[in-house]
Amino acid sequence: MPERKIRVMVAKPGLDGHDRGARVLARCFRDAGFEVIYTGCHQTPEQIVAAAIQEDVDLVGLSCLSGAHRKLFPRVVELLREKDAGDINVIGGGIIPEQDFAALYDAGIKAIFTPGAPLDSIVEWINTNIKPRA
Amino acid sequence: METVKKICGGDIRTASRLIRDIEDKIPAAKSSIKKLFPHTGKSYIIGITGAPGAGKSTITDGLIAELRKKNKTIGVLAIDPTSPFSGGAILGDRIRMQRHAEDEAVFVRSLATRGSLGGLSQAVGEAIHVLEAMGKDIILIETVGIGQQEIDIINHAHSVIVVLVPGMGDEVQTMKAGLMEIADVFAINKADRAGAKQLHTELMAMLNTATPAEGYWRPPVVMIGNIYEALSFEGRIAELVQKIEEHYQYLLDSGRLAERINRKAAVEINDALKAAILEPVMNTLRESGELAAMTEKVKNRQADPHSLAEEVAQRFLK
Ligand SMILES: Nc1nc2c(ncn2[C@@H]2O[C@H](COP(=O)(O)OP(=O)(O)OP(=O)(O)O)[C@@H](O)[C@H]2O)c(=O)[nH]1
Ligand SMILES: [Mg+2]
Repeated sequence: MPERKIRVMVAKPGLDGHDRGARVLARCFRDAGFEVIYTGCHQTPEQIVAAAIQEDVDLVGLSCLSGAHRKLFPRVVELLREKDAGDINVIGGGIIPEQDFAALYDAGIKAIFTPGAPLDSIVEWINTNIKPRA
Repeated sequence: METVKKICGGDIRTASRLIRDIEDKIPAAKSSIKKLFPHTGKSYIIGITGAPGAGKSTITDGLIAELRKKNKTIGVLAIDPTSPFSGGAILGDRIRMQRHAEDEAVFVRSLATRGSLGGLSQAVGEAIHVLEAMGKDIILIETVGIGQQEIDIINHAHSVIVVLVPGMGDEVQTMKAGLMEIADVFAINKADRAGAKQLHTELMAMLNTATPAEGYWRPPVVMIGNIYEALSFEGRIAELVQKIEEHYQYLLDSGRLAERINRKAAVEINDALKAAILEPVMNTLRESGELAAMTEKVKNRQADPHSLAEEVAQRFLK
């Protein structure tokens, strides 16, 4: 049986232009055997969702350091659902205060990783939770 | 079939999923691909190739913008290398094209090479078919950053742009066959950098020594200015598009277009034969453990690879 490769998009919504973290994450995902589509900084939720659908990814990893996650992360989930792509999972990372977690989970974000989280734990989470579609 | 109808209607999700199924070699994809075939062969296909970091994605992005001004619908396949160690890949070409993400007439898909050595992905031929069935007027294919050998793009494209940059060790005299021979149009990128003039001069000198056989197309050379000066960049990209159009006209007038289409068809049947004959045999041998056993025999010099292969062929090719 052929084996599907996991495809992940790493995107940075919002205005902050620091993408070192996102680049490190992209490399880590590559080394874990994933195909990583990296779209760079300053992405609007609309751009992210359009790209995720064109790339047929299994997972979108959003990274945000600017504090705009409260609005932007849920918006990505909402747009995916609108476009009939609600099956694409979304996880978030960056500087996210703990009191925001509940609202993000409610909005459909599947997991949240703060800067302290070891990269391996993110890979492990993906390997356990993300099953490419049959 | 539903899938085919949706793709021909331009459905993005269905198209991108089928491309994924093709990449992942899902058996069910084959029936869709077969049914799409009558809807293919209609787009103009442009290859963009050159050394790593030469500016292929930047130029592809410029071409998208310019061609959209002419109201063309566009498909892009951007190929980046798979890591031979992990099997993973970072597909980063798209970064430079994200300003078109929301334009419904532009479909950009990143493909990893997945072990393919020619600068493309094995899935590229069929991914092109999907984009053609979607009705894209023009398909841009950005190859991986290549050396001299990875020139499979000529099997798929009607016009090939080779992007050169000054000071990257690809000065003309060190450039051998391959890359230089497949160019229909040269783009010298990063013309703001030192050495661009020199590169241009050398390239011209090389082109001047070519013996113009009958119906010879002399690849034009376009200097792509500084991307940081939007106006001049756009102007140069417009010039590049014009040269591609001239090349297309040349292909039509000289009858060479038929030649290229013929070459593409030959590659398509070649690939399909491999997929239908070689791959199932290899899979069977792999799954039964026979392949490992044969490898062992060859390693221990108990049998030579040709005799083993002939024995397999006799068994399968009845
Ligand atoms: N100075 C200068 N830099 C440029 C120019 N065009 C592109 N670049 C830069 O060169 C780098 C590589 O550009 P890309 O377009 O990604 O090159 P590429 O050939 O697609 O690279 P790969 O796909 O990785 O092989 C980027 O940092 C661009 O900003 C130019 O005209 N002048
Ligand atoms: Mg590129």
